[in-house]
Amino acid sequence: MNALSSRDGLVEVGFDAIATFFYKLAEAADKLKEEGLWTYMPDPSELREKVAQGTVRVKLGFPVYQKGGVIMDVTNVEQAGIAEDAGAVAVMVLDKLPYDIRKAGGVARMADVNVIREVMNSISLPVMAKVRIGHFMEAKVLEALGVDMIDESEVLTPADEKHHINKWLFKVPFVNGARDLGEALRRISEGASMIRTKGEAGTGNVAEAVRHMKTVMAQIRELVSMAEEDRVLKAREMGVSYELVELTARLRRVPVVNFAAGGIATPADAALMMWLGADGVFVGSGIFKSQDPRQRAEAIVLATSLWMDPEAVLEAQSMISERKSMMGIDIRQLKPEELLQVRGV
Amino acid sequence: MKVGVLALQGGIVEHVYMLKKAAENLGINLEVIEVRKKEHLNQVEGIVLPGGESTAMYRLGKRLGIADPLRERISNGLPVLGTCAGAALVAKEVIDKQSGKKYEPLLGTNDVRVIRNYFGRQRESFEADLEIKGLGTFRGVFIRAPVMEPLSERVEVLSEFNGKAVMVKEDNVILTAFHPELTSDTRIHEMFLRSIA
Repeated sequence: MNALSSRDGLVEVGFDAIATFFYKLAEAADKLKEEGLWTYMPDPSELREKVAQGTVRVKLGFPVYQKGGVIMDVTNVEQAGIAEDAGAVAVMVLDKLPYDIRKAGGVARMADVNVIREVMNSISLPVMAKVRIGHFMEAKVLEALGVDMIDESEVLTPADEKHHINKWLFKVPFVNGARDLGEALRRISEGASMIRTKGEAGTGNVAEAVRHMKTVMAQIRELVSMAEEDRVLKAREMGVSYELVELTARLRRVPVVNFAAGGIATPADAALMMWLGADGVFVGSGIFKSQDPRQRAEAIVLATSLWMDPEAVLEAQSMISERKSMMGIDIRQLKPEELLQVRGV
Repeated sequence: MKVGVLALQGGIVEHVYMLKKAAENLGINLEVIEVRKKEHLNQVEGIVLPGGESTAMYRLGKRLGIADPLRERISNGLPVLGTCAGAALVAKEVIDKQSGKKYEPLLGTNDVRVIRNYFGRQRESFEADLEIKGLGTFRGVFIRAPVMEPLSERVEVLSEFNGKAVMVKEDNVILTAFHPELTSDTRIHEMFLRSIA
C-alpha cells in the first residue's frame, strides 16, 4: 500500500537535508576547488535574505511537485491543450518531436521562442523547453522568457563538446539526462535540480531507458553496501565530491527528483519505469507520434500514478490500441553516430 | 494514530517524513498511510492533501472515485492539512491568476477562493519569512504558489504575505499556499496532528 514511502530513503532523511547540503558544500568551496572537483557552486547569501527568489530550495522544490506525473513533449498550442486536458503535470515545447529530429537530421536547436510563448499563454501548467548542451545563451533566453524549467538535452545538437552549463547561475531550475550514476551526480554538481534517464529518444523503444534506470539503481545499491574508503575511490572515479556520494548512499536514491525518459510509448512502459524506481516520466514522441494521442496521453497519466496497481495499469492499457502505437525503431539498427545518448557525459 | 497522505501525484514522501518527525516531537505513535482508494481512506483519522499539479490530481481523483468519499469525510469533520495544490482541491472556487480561467473544484468543501499561480511563474518562486498566528516566524517556501481569499467568516486567516492570505483555517481544515514540507520546521505538521488528538 505504501508503495512510494517504502522504497524511498527520503522518508528517513527529509527534503531539507538535500537543500541544506548544497549550501554546506558551497562553504567548503575552496577545499573542493583545490581538489579540482567542484568548480560550480550555489550562492549561500540567499539564505540570509528575508524574501529570496529562485533559491536552491525553490529550484529543487519545483520538480518535487511533478513527481508521479507525466511531462509531455508538444510542438504547438493544440498539443499543449490535449496534454493539459489529459492530466499532464507539465509540457516540454520542442520545434520537432525527437522522432522527427532523427528523420530530419541537420542541427537541432532550441524551439521557436514565439511558439514557446504561445504555449505559455495558452495553458496553466508549467512549461519547459530544451536547450543544446553547453549553450549558456539559449538558456539565458529561455530564463528571460520565463519558462519554468530548462532541459539541457542531448536530443538537440550539443553546442559545447566539453562542458555543460553552470546551472547554479540561473533562477530557473534545470533537468539533465544521465545514463549512469556518475553522469547524474556530475549534472547535480553543476546545479541540475532534476535528473532523467537519457534512454534513446524518438525510438519508441523503452529498452535504453530501462538499461539506464537499472544501471543507476544498481550503482546506488553498490554504494550503499560499500566500505567508506571505497566510496572515496568511487567519488574520485565519478569526478564528484565525496560528500555528494555520501548523501546519495544515505538517501539510497538519486538526491534530486529522478524521472524516466527516452522511448516511453505505452502506459505499460510508463508503469515499468515507475516500478524500476522513476519518480515520474517524460513522454516524447510516444504520444503525438501515435494514432490515438488523446486516449494515450490520459492512459499514460493513469498508469504513471497507479503503477503499483496492476488493475489500474490494465485499465490504462485498455484505453489504447497497440495498432495505434508509434512504430518505433530497433536500437540495434541505429548506427553509432545516430545514437543521441552518447552526447554530453 | 493513523494519518493519510493523498498519494495520487506530487510531493507525497516529503509529507510522510514531516509527519513522522512531528509525531516524534509530540510523542505520538503514528502510522502514515498513502491514500489512493476508498479502503485506504476509511482507515485514517486525518489526511494531508499534498502539493502537485491540481489539474492532474483532479483528473486522477475523479477517475479513481476517491473524490466523493473524500468530500463526505471532510464535510463530516476529517482533519485536513492542504498545501498549495492540496488547498486548491478543497476550495469552493479556483481561478488562474494569469489566464483568469475558472476551474471546477474537485472537492469544494471549504469557503475559500484559491487564485493559482498568483506570484507568477517558477522564475518568481521564492522563500520568505512569514508571521503565523500562534506559531511566530516561519520560513515559507512558495513554488508557483497560489493565494487564498476567504469567502466567509468561518475562515480564519493565520498568515498573510503582501496583504494576501497564505495560511488559513476553517474548523477541521488547515490550508497553506506554501510548502512546510520543504523545510525542517515541523510546527505546522504538529499543529495538524494536535488537531486530531
